[in-house]
Amino acid sequence: MATTVHEPPQIDPHRLPDQGHSGNFGWRNLVPADGDLRVALDYSPPPSSTGIWVVLFAITMMFAAFTSALIVRKGSSLDWQTFTLPSILYFNTLLLLASSVTLEVSRRRVATFMGGLKSQVESPARWLYITLFLGLLFVAGQYVAWSQLSAQGLYLATNPSSSFFYVLTATHALHVLGGLGGLIYVIRKLSKSSLRRSTLDATARYWHFMDVLWLYLILLLWIKL
Amino acid sequence: MHDVAAHAAHHAPPTSFIRKHVFSLDHKVIGKQYYALALVAALVGMVLSWFMRIHLAWTNAAIPGLQLLSPNGAPGGVMTPEYYLQLMTMHGTIMVFFVLTTAPFAAFGNFFLPIQVGAEDMPFPHFNMMSFWVTFVAFLVLMSSFFVGDGPTLGGWTQYAPLNAVGSVAGPGQGAGVVLWAISIALFCVGQLLGALNFIPTTLDLRVKGMSLMRLPLSAWAWFITSCMGLTAFAVLMPACILVILDHVAGTSFFVASNLVMNDQMLPHSGGSTLLWQHLFWFFGHPEVYIAIIPGIGIVSHILITNMRKPMLSQRVLIYSMGALAVLSYMVYGHHMFVSGMNPFSSLAFSFPTLVITIPSSIVVLIWTFSLYGSKLRINSASLFALGFISMFVSGGVSGFFLAQPSIDIMLHATYFVVGHFHLVMGVAAMFGIFAGTYFWFPKMAGRMMNETLGKIHFWLSFVGAYCIFMPFHYLGMAGNVRRYSTFVDDFLQPLIPVHRFITIAALITGAAQLIFLYNLIHSRFWGAPAPDNPWEATSLEWSTATPPPWDNFGGKHPVVYHDPYQYGVQSSVGDYVMQTSPEQVKTEHEEK
Repeated sequence: MATTVHEPPQIDPHRLPDQGHSGNFGWRNLVPADGDLRVALDYSPPPSSTGIWVVLFAITMMFAAFTSALIVRKGSSLDWQTFTLPSILYFNTLLLLASSVTLEVSRRRVATFMGGLKSQVESPARWLYITLFLGLLFVAGQYVAWSQLSAQGLYLATNPSSSFFYVLTATHALHVLGGLGGLIYVIRKLSKSSLRRSTLDATARYWHFMDVLWLYLILLLWIKL
Repeated sequence: MHDVAAHAAHHAPPTSFIRKHVFSLDHKVIGKQYYALALVAALVGMVLSWFMRIHLAWTNAAIPGLQLLSPNGAPGGVMTPEYYLQLMTMHGTIMVFFVLTTAPFAAFGNFFLPIQVGAEDMPFPHFNMMSFWVTFVAFLVLMSSFFVGDGPTLGGWTQYAPLNAVGSVAGPGQGAGVVLWAISIALFCVGQLLGALNFIPTTLDLRVKGMSLMRLPLSAWAWFITSCMGLTAFAVLMPACILVILDHVAGTSFFVASNLVMNDQMLPHSGGSTLLWQHLFWFFGHPEVYIAIIPGIGIVSHILITNMRKPMLSQRVLIYSMGALAVLSYMVYGHHMFVSGMNPFSSLAFSFPTLVITIPSSIVVLIWTFSLYGSKLRINSASLFALGFISMFVSGGVSGFFLAQPSIDIMLHATYFVVGHFHLVMGVAAMFGIFAGTYFWFPKMAGRMMNETLGKIHFWLSFVGAYCIFMPFHYLGMAGNVRRYSTFVDDFLQPLIPVHRFITIAALITGAAQLIFLYNLIHSRFWGAPAPDNPWEATSLEWSTATPPPWDNFGGKHPVVYHDPYQYGVQSSVGDYVMQTSPEQVKTEHEEK
């Protein structure tokens, strides 16, 4: 095609890129701090909502590993001794479930607050504090359960069943403490009016997941221990 | 406007030295930090392999200075069998974790993934910074085991139970050494999980206008797939490490069986499952192999396309193959355990997907070779190392067909055949991917060009050298040379010692050739010719910004993407390519939307 005279290249400054399922302008699809949620465009979700799923997936894998270890370990030997779970665990379960409810209440309130209806919500952080308190109570309750078990002479190394009990509950409690840190962060941001909706949503998702994870764990421990 | 101001403040460039170069939130600085860490780790790992090779070839020869590292492990510079195993363990751990995982994935991925998708930074810069520093601490913890008690652990990078869990009764380094190893690896897992937490939302959420998933460069796809794998694999290794630490320090019995007598001592543990560790470890361990190699596949594809000046036969099939490798890698892990006493039916179940996984690998190789066929490849250091990657990947991969079958693997498993296999397919291939990436991206990372002549000399010495080292391993393995032995005193091993001497000499020369690379790297960093913005006439976003990229990558602008990443072999106003950010319309055979 050497004889062809090339036309000058066509450059159309108004040409729109083919959107496809494209992203969110590098960063910009963040819900403004005290603004209108509708500003959020219909591109990708903000990174924290994807990020929280990444975190939850990692935690799921971790507890899946512990679970498979428990099942294999129980089946590999005859030294597994069962024991009765301390009854305070059931009370703790109720505490954690209640904290999920209070968090949902506070999420609604904060949404109203952030939606510009500030006058209708006097103290949006109040229910967050209640959630925080219930979460702390849960961790304290877990501590009581551990001391009750050790009073019975069941320590970490006493038996594989107690080993798994301590490992699973302690790992879960550590993650709950992480969730409490998230709640404190949310409260701090809220007090400075710089909370992003996506941050609150991500924290709530994490907190509810801790709830579901605990229900799974107590069922597993109840069946296996 | 409050949030806009806050957002701008968040992205204001730092001014203090500490924030700029040490505890930086900038993904580019973090990427370079990861690269530097991998470089140091690779040097340490290489020197350790020299020590081992010298000892294998000349058993009674003293290595000057080794007694300073460990007076007990190497009295007079001659290492004990235990110390040989300790060095071997550290070589494996350092190379697999701190070189092959950090360099191609964390280093290049951190630097280039946000730029290739058009983002200003990773979404969670603080976690990103933590990711590096946790990894750095993990490296220090591992290194500290050289100087604690009776030295580092000798259990191999796989740390099989029960030796990993019973304490110093199992040998030198099995006390404090193992605990430090497990802490280091658990920390490393945290670092990589924090990395995945940034990589995945970066790819999914931070793409600029016009950058659909299919318009991501293959390297970005590779990093994305790798981060998904890392998320699944490291989240399982970490609990395994926690359980090992508990067996050690708290007296639990997760991995130690009953009535175990070791060195005439009855161990207090009971009922643990030694096989459990292998399952947990290899569920991580096999995907880890692909975590090391998939970034290489992406980087090499990216480099080859740029230098072939035409796209691959099918970009989509390459992406799907990488995805298939990632998914299958979780189903094949049991092929590391054919000799573990696992149920033979399990071996069969793991053997089948192992053979299946050769299909996507072969597809990738076939796409490369058929795309290369008839192309006018620009020969430079980067493309040479990319070709070298393919060569190593094929040579190492072919022996995988044999090892995938339990009946053959049982014969070869504990021999040098396996050592040759994984060094070629995972070690050398991934290293070649790192080298290719370095020669290709160094201009963008450092703002200066590397010396091409030195690069080519480095390639040929490394290429020939790697084959001289690792091809004879296969022969040794078939001749029955057992691995993990520190000396070859048995009659049937004596005739093989000349082969070992040849390998050792090749290893010393090839290792020394890496100093050329190091010199090139350091010299070019300070005195190389200044690099233009787009030295390779490439199309993807990293070449559309300044060299080196500004703090926010695109100087306050948000690039807009009009083309898929590999529009080469077209006629445009700038040459035979059109950049992703150019609104110019070109005649092309195929373009991803």
